[in-house]
Formats: sequence, structure tokens, C-alpha cells
Amino acid sequence: MTWAGLVALWSHWVRHPLQLLTLVAGLALATGLWSAVQAVNAEARASYDAAATTLGEGRFDALLPSVGETIPMKRFLELRRVGWQVSPILEGKIDIGEEQVRVVGLEPLTSPRGFEQFSSIKTYDLVDVLSGRIVFVGPKTADLVKGSIDALIIEDLNISPKTVVADISVVQSLLNQPNSLTRLVLSEAQPLGRPALAAIAPDLVLMKAADGNEIGRLTDSFHLNLTAFGLLSFAVGIFIVHGAIGLAVEQRRGMVRTMRAVGMSLNRIILLLTLELTMLALVGGVLGILLGYFVAASLLPGVAATLEGLYGAEVTGGNLQLRPVWWLSGLAMALVGTLLAATDALWRIRRMPILSRGGARAWSMAAVRGRRVQALMAVGLLGASGMLAVVDGGLITGFVLLACLLLGAALALPLSVGFILKIAQQSARQVVWEWFWADTRQQLPGLSLALMALLLAMAANVGVSTMVSSFRLTFVGFLDQRLASDIYVTTNSIEQAAQLEKYLIPRSSAVLPLLSIGTRLAGQPAELFGARVGPTYTENWRFLAFTQDAWSQVGAGSAVIVNEQLARRAELWVGDSLAIAPGKVLPIVGVFGDYGNPIGQAIVSEGMFHQLFPNRHATRFGIRSDNPQGLINVLTDSFGLPARNIIDQAAIKAISMQVFDRTFIVTGALNVLTLAVAAFAILTSLLTLAAMRIPQLAPVWALGLTRREVGLLEVVRAIVLAGLTGLFALPLGLALAWVLLAIVNVDAFGWRLPMYFFPADYLRLGLFALIASIVAALWPAFQLIRIPPTQLLKVFANVR
Amino acid sequence: MLLEVRNLTKSFADSSGLVTVLRGVDLELDAGETLAMTGESGSGKSTLLHLIGGLDDADGGSIVLGGQEVTSLNDRSRAALRRETVGVVFQQYNLIPSLTVAANIAFQARLTGRYAPDRTRHLIDALGLEEQLDKYPEQLSGGQQQRVAIGRTLAARPRLVLADEPTGNLDETTASAVMNQMIALVQETGAALIMATHSLALAGQLQKRLHLTQGQLS
Repeated sequence: MTWAGLVALWSHWVRHPLQLLTLVAGLALATGLWSAVQAVNAEARASYDAAATTLGEGRFDALLPSVGETIPMKRFLELRRVGWQVSPILEGKIDIGEEQVRVVGLEPLTSPRGFEQFSSIKTYDLVDVLSGRIVFVGPKTADLVKGSIDALIIEDLNISPKTVVADISVVQSLLNQPNSLTRLVLSEAQPLGRPALAAIAPDLVLMKAADGNEIGRLTDSFHLNLTAFGLLSFAVGIFIVHGAIGLAVEQRRGMVRTMRAVGMSLNRIILLLTLELTMLALVGGVLGILLGYFVAASLLPGVAATLEGLYGAEVTGGNLQLRPVWWLSGLAMALVGTLLAATDALWRIRRMPILSRGGARAWSMAAVRGRRVQALMAVGLLGASGMLAVVDGGLITGFVLLACLLLGAALALPLSVGFILKIAQQSARQVVWEWFWADTRQQLPGLSLALMALLLAMAANVGVSTMVSSFRLTFVGFLDQRLASDIYVTTNSIEQAAQLEKYLIPRSSAVLPLLSIGTRLAGQPAELFGARVGPTYTENWRFLAFTQDAWSQVGAGSAVIVNEQLARRAELWVGDSLAIAPGKVLPIVGVFGDYGNPIGQAIVSEGMFHQLFPNRHATRFGIRSDNPQGLINVLTDSFGLPARNIIDQAAIKAISMQVFDRTFIVTGALNVLTLAVAAFAILTSLLTLAAMRIPQLAPVWALGLTRREVGLLEVVRAIVLAGLTGLFALPLGLALAWVLLAIVNVDAFGWRLPMYFFPADYLRLGLFALIASIVAALWPAFQLIRIPPTQLLKVFANVR
Repeated sequence: MLLEVRNLTKSFADSSGLVTVLRGVDLELDAGETLAMTGESGSGKSTLLHLIGGLDDADGGSIVLGGQEVTSLNDRSRAALRRETVGVVFQQYNLIPSLTVAANIAFQARLTGRYAPDRTRHLIDALGLEEQLDKYPEQLSGGQQQRVAIGRTLAARPRLVLADEPTGNLDETTASAVMNQMIALVQETGAALIMATHSLALAGQLQKRLHLTQGQLS
């Protein structure tokens, strides 16, 4: 009986292959985009983990310099001598051609994980590693470093790309830092009774393992963003699945009725339908995973660029691996999504009286009953989003707010469009238009899911493009402010820097040394800058919050200013104090915008900087001049500085904008994909409805409208519905942009951006949506125009 | 002469090959005349009505309706013919599901620009549909739906009414009541009527009667 039932149910798909294709394609698209995002996330996280594991981050406690970037080698020896089980690590970057390669030096004999973590070590002698005859590199890195490193180069999958791992002495030599370390990793077992850290090394701070993997922590918000986008795409795809399943179940009411009449129990029928859908979900899911793999492979370079641009995190740019974490999650999502999408349809079958009959208008009437519940849910969700907007609850609250807003608006869409159509019907003067509006209202329940999908896709486009474009505009303004110097010069040595400064002072309006040091401030990785306070700063920099004489206080060495990221992450603001070095606490007198910078920044006066770091000297300078080109000529011709050491303001801005644009490649790609899925949702809805349309359109044709007129009205209907959806998508998208700019970005990146409007972009998107709807409506309309009268006549009688 | 059909042929392709439904049908009808067409299921009654109403293409022969050669009309002119000259009452009612009863009745009349509120009101009263005007088709019984279809057809004042088994889906009592109403109202408008039916009793109520068998009228 089970087999006979399955065969009977399956015969529906054999007779409706387009519906089957729609269902499987919807599932594949939904799973594909979700899996693609998960694959990209998994790949990026694996890269961070590989990088962190190499350094022992996240697993072992570590000692870091409390101020500055390096620890002297002698500190390692002192700690070992008194019993501390520590192992040195030196990390840095070297330039090879136009690429930067990360180099990591370990000490194999004391390192808690040593070189055994690399799978390839077993075949080599440790002596070769210690003597520098062997170095390990990440995948696809050997060719890059060949020629620059004189050793046997072994690629290892456990090392992140563009990374070299070698004995610490080799790395000290590569980085030209003979007696320096970046951190000291602590073994898990430490002897009892060893001297306290404060007594033996007061210049070091302990970082617990749980605090480690900075990049992983920093980028969590980015991956959460991507996951949210993936979920949105998945939801849009599931709308297609829901529509296809709903239609298939509706069309099989007669079959279900007959099966029940011949003795099959309702429970068995529901079970068979569930089984059938599970099989389809598996097929769609597997296709989706394949699709996801290819989408992820094409997105990965863009994501790598984004992560590098926003966080300085390096991710493999092309080695996508089939990791169980994402393909299993994709398959699970396909199954859960299908069953969720089918719940409503299966519930309707369960509640259907054995002799019920369905019909287009009956659908619409049934929708009236559900409409009240839908309206209540929409109001509830929109109300909840309004309340969440005024609560400061962090990133998760931001995403819950987004979910409530989008879902509430999607539920409200068919009701609002239905209301407008009703008014249009009442205002129509011509009978054809009266019918058109009434018929469109009747189509609404069947098309509402596709329209919701379009609404979400368009709103996401408006929201995300407003956010990115607002960011871009702010960033351009910010660069104009911050890059006030006309040219930037890099010297080769401290001596040359001193000579250059002396040479430039009489020849320029201002010489501004770029003094900085990497450090940790308020527990955050940060950079401390020493500024030569003068008109360049006081006239150009704009604060987000400041005291009246902020620059005077900074110039006098009695105060500090911080960037927004540091202020927000450390919960500091004007009026609070910040420890910039052991025993040196200064009041914060200003908070400045610092868009695009991944880490915190604090600025003190040049004098204060030298007082704290007497051995740190500027080798880079910003120079203001009335005649920048003349000055460049003088610097190259008279002073003898190579041209590559001089860069003008325009070039820096161009590079910055290039980095910025690269950063949002992935956002743009996901936007286009989501919109494409929504367009596909409309196409499939119209195609599946087309078969049901014939009985509704045949009477109008019989009463005197041509097939061409009816077909054209079908296209106009698609335009009207897409246009109305676009009208609702605009305010929703702007609300989405506000949430992204004012809530999500603040938590994710640490900065709040002003919101700008881009009417031309919205118009372009609206046109795109209209064109997509027209294209989607054209084929069903064309089929209608070409339909033989015999086909239409079948509606009127089954006899000849 | 309102309608003149000469040597009309029509075939359909199905799984068993080409099936010839009409084999040289000839028919004449004057304005205001009523004709009953009987025949077995599948004899071609509906097909003949569809060809006369410009709903389908003939394979051969000629149909002249109100001086127009129907078989040579293009799609647009056929639509105009269905709108202006012909009114069809189908067995399956074929009301527009998205419109109310009132809007359905007025639909074709408004399409032709012949909508007359008094005339429509008269039809609604005559057909007993006063209480149903704000309802939608699926809220009506079969008999009520067929009355709406008749009202829709007659409100447009067609010159020829084609009724294809109009009471085929109704019980005997309802069928008889609907038929009486339809014949009376058609005669009131002065339109001609061709009705396909299985019922000899119904056929007996009309002026002329023809039987379609093996694709030919006798």
C-alpha cells in the first residue's frame, strides 16, 4: 500500500515537471547560498585557527609586552632561569616582490607544540630545522618565497597561506631583529613556587588563553553579518519551495481525496508526503551544496579582500575545502527548510474534509481567514522591532531587530498591496481595468510569497547599498580631513630622517613626523601616535566628541584623544581616563572618527611620546607645502631621496579607495545573488500559476478580449505588483540601512556612520526589479498568447 | 439571414490519430429564430457552437454571421465578434471568479459599451438574483451561477445566443426553471438562439430542431 501510495503521489510530479524543477531549484538555490556563506566562514575560521595555532594563541597563555611591540631576548632567558616554562615567538612581515609574507619564528625545543604540529616534520631531522636548513610554509607559498629564503622549503596544510614558519633564529635574521621576541608562550605545566611575574618581568602582561585569537574575535561580527545574509538568501529561496509545495499539495487534493476514499489513512498519506518531500529535500540539498561550493569558491577571494581590508586578517584566497561543518549544515538546512515550508500545506491536508473541493477564489477566501492572524503577527513584529531599536543590546539585538523588521514587513506586504488593489478596483472606470484589479487581488495569495521574497531582496539591496555608499561618502570626507598633508615621505634610517626634517623645515609650511608604536590600550590591541600639534590638526580634524581646548591639552602633554573604535570597545568617552603606559594615565579630551581602521588608536603630543618611548623615532613624515610638486622635485633631485619613498596625497587616497572598494566586493555579490533568487521566485510563481490561470482567463477571452490583450495584461500585472513591492521596499530598505549604520556597525566595527540617501541608486534598483519582473512575466504571457483556442475551450466543456 | 454555415469541417488529433468531428455541416438561421441541436456526447455539438462563436478555427467551409465571414477573421476581429455579436452560455457557467455577481452580469455589456442599468436591473429581477448581487460565484449554487451567466449574456444584447448544454449540470426542476427563464428573455430581446442539449423535452421548446450525428446535421 505504501509503495502504491508513493507511486500515485509521484505521478503528480511526472505530469508537472516544471513544478518539480521549481521545487528542486528553489531548494538548491536556498541551500546553495546558505552553504556558500557557511563554506566561506568555515574557510576563514580555519585560516584564523591555523594562524593562531602556529602561535599557540587561544590554547596557551602568553606573555606580551605591556607597552610597545617587542620583548628583549634576555627576558626569555631570565624567565627560563627562574623556572618559568616559556617559549619565545617572533612574528613579523617581510616584503617579497609586491606580496607581504608573514614570518613566524618558534623555538622547537621549548615550544609547547613544537614543530610536531606540522604533519610533514616526521620525515625530517630536527637538527635541519634548528640550523635553518628547513623552513615550513603554507599552501601555495613555496613558489612565492623561493629565491628569498635560502633553505629547503616544505609546504604544510596546517600553516595558513603566505606564512613562513621557521626556527626563531632564522626569523630574527629575516626580520633583522636579532634579539627581539613578540611574545612568550607559557606551557600548561608550570613549577610551583616560581617568582611572580611582576617581580621578575614587570614590563610583561599575561594574556589568558581564552582572550587569544584576536583575529577570530575581531572578525566574529563580520562572519555574523555574512551568516545573516546567508539566512536571508535561504529565506528567499524557501519562499520558492513553500510556494511550490503549497501548489503541489493544492493540486493533489483530488488525489488525496480519492486515496482516502479507497481506504488509505490520512496519517499514512501525510507520512508518504513527508517521505516524498524528504527525498526531494535531499536531492535539492545535494545540488545546493554543489552550487554552494562553486559560489563559495568564487566569493572567497572577495571575502579574503574584505577581511584583509577591514581587519588585517589573512585568509586563503582560493583553497576551498569540502568541510563537513558546512556541507552537513547545508543538508540539514535543506531538510529543515523543506519541512518548515511544507508544514502549512500538510496541515491543510490534515484538516481538509474528505469531500472538500478547492478553487482559486476559495484559496483567496481561505486567505481572508488567515489574514487577521497575519496582520496581528505583522503588527507584533514591527512593534517589537520598534522597541528593540531603542534598546541598546549589542549585535545580537541588532540582528533580532533586523529579523523582526524584515519578517514583519514581509507579512504586512500582501495586506497592504491588497488594500491598494481594492482602492484601484473601486476607482476603475473601465470594465477591463475593474476586472484587472479584481483579478490581480485574486492572484495575490498565490503570488504573495514571491512578492515577499522580492521585497526582502530589494530592501536588502537598498539597505546594504545605502550603508556601503554612506560609508564610502563618509570615508572620502574622512580621507580629505585626515590626509591633510600634501606629500608623505619615508626615510631609510633615523639619521636620514633627522637630516630630512632639518632640510624640510625652512622649505615647507609644516613637517609632521608620523610617530607610532603598536601597543595595548585598555586591554585592546592599539596604536599610540605622537602628534606635532599644529594648524594641520587643529584646522582639519573633526571630533565626534571633544572638550573646547582638546588640541591645546594634547599639545601640552596633559591629555589624550582616542579613535571611536577604542572608545566604543573599551567603553570610554570624553571625560574618562586612559592608561597609555605603566603609571601614565591621561584624561580623554576628544574622540575622533577613524573609519576603516581595524584597531584602536590614541594620540598624545610628540613630546609626551618621546618621553614615553625615547628610542622610538619617526622615519615617515607628512609635509604641507604650497608647491608640492616643486618640493617633490627638490627632494629627489637635491636631497637624493628615491622617488618610491615619496607619495603624494592623491596617490594615498586612490590606494585607500581601492582597498575600500575591494572590501565590499562580497557584499555586492551577495546582493546580486539574493536579487537573482527573488527574480527566480517571481518567475517560478508565475510559471506555476500560469497553468491555474487558464480557467480564470478563458471566460474573459470568450467574452471578447484577444489572447494578446490578456497576455499583455498579465505582463502589466507583474509590473504593477513589482512596482508596488518596490515602493514598500524603499522605506523598509532605508530602515534596514539605519539599523545597520546605527546599531549593527557600531557593535561590529566600532564606528557609527552618518546616513546619506542615494535616489539614483534606488531608481536603478527599481528599474532592475521591474525589468526582472517583466522578464519573468514574459514567458508565461507569451505562452498565453500562443495558447491554441482548443486549450482554452477545454475549460468550457469536456465534451465535443 | 443572420447565420449561414456551409460545408463546415473540423478534425482533432488525439492519441488514436485524426478524429473528424464535423463533416460538411450546413446550417441557416434567421434573426430571432431559436434552434435546438441534439446529438450524442462527442457528436460535435460544442465544437459547432465554438466555431460559430469564433472561439475555434474551422478546417474548412464557411460561416457567415451578420454578414461577416467568421472563418477569415483575425484574432482581433474574432474577439470583437464574440464581444459585439455573440453571447455564449456555457455548461460550466464560466463566470469570472474575481468579480461579484453584479460585476459579472454587467461585464460583457460594459465591454461592448451597451450597458444599460434599467435593462440589467430587469434581468436581475427576472432571474431572481437580487439577493446575490454582492456575492462571488463560488458562493452560489449551480442554478444561480447559470442564471448569472444568462444575465451576463443577455445584458450585452447579442444578436445570437449560443447555449452549450446550459442545464447539463443542473437537476431537472432547476434546469426546467432556468431554461424557461432563458428562452423567455432571449425572445424578449429578439436575439436568435442555438442551444446544444441532450434533452428532447428542452429541444421541444424551441422553434427548430436538428440532430447532429456522424458529423452531419439532419
